[in-house]
Amino acid sequence: MNWSFFHKLGSPKWFYDISGRWLPWFFVASMLLLGVGSVWGLFFAPQDYQQGNSFRIIYIHVPAAFVAQSCYVMLAAAGIVTLVWRMKLADVALRCAAPIGAWMTFIALVTGAIWGKPTWGTYWVWDARLTSMLILLFLYFGIIALSQAISNRDTSAKATAVLAIVGLVNIPIIKYSVDWWNTLHQPATFKITEKPAMPVEMWLPLLLMVLGFYALFTVSLLMRMRLEVLRREHKTRWVRDALEKT
Amino acid sequence: MNTLPELLAMDGHGPYVWSAYAITFVVLALNLVQPWVARRRLINVEARRRRREVA
Repeated sequence: MNWSFFHKLGSPKWFYDISGRWLPWFFVASMLLLGVGSVWGLFFAPQDYQQGNSFRIIYIHVPAAFVAQSCYVMLAAAGIVTLVWRMKLADVALRCAAPIGAWMTFIALVTGAIWGKPTWGTYWVWDARLTSMLILLFLYFGIIALSQAISNRDTSAKATAVLAIVGLVNIPIIKYSVDWWNTLHQPATFKITEKPAMPVEMWLPLLLMVLGFYALFTVSLLMRMRLEVLRREHKTRWVRDALEKT
Repeated sequence: MNTLPELLAMDGHGPYVWSAYAITFVVLALNLVQPWVARRRLINVEARRRRREVA
């Protein structure tokens, strides 16, 4: 296998150039997917026979929850890369992804609470799924706070990486909480191994929204990472050249 | 075909659905605008420093 891409990833300039080329495409894709998915989900998807129109919140709630959890897995992976290979760009990715993950968790919690009111009769219950998602939000807060608390960059990178990896234990708890405990929360609608428990005109807009959320996550992450790379390398020649062109 | 107010009311679920979507899109927009503003600011700071160095 050719590992040269892995070494290139260690080069901030290479990352800056390639991400600049990809960014517009991800942006266009995210706007199209979110636009089509929202209109479709809000106005054209059929009502749920039990929940009526309130189920339309699924089109933002589920994608946000997906991204919130995959973002955390990404943080932990970046943490491992930081500790094992000391790759600076992995630390940049970890730092920049954490606030986006926290916002996604916030969206999942808030839309879930709003959905809960007409469906369960309450905004909040301390059941396993909701509580473990709240813990995910606090883990994100912890990582953000820790990454800003230590001024030495190497020490800070190591400490943040360790916290990200330790917090990974919460992810399977979130995923299986609806199976392990009796919860108000409904079980997963989407499973990779099974056919969706929904008709196609209901899950197709959901699929668009999930892809749209991932695309928007990528846009936001790349923008933040490019900014952080510029800040860290601002004394180098290539950054000066790049900034002069803008 | 439904009228627009009927469509927006969503049989009484409108306030829930619309507030959830509004909050979500505000947060999503914030996640794009914030790094964009920070980038403009960095570019301005660097440009000012370059001018100072030249002068």
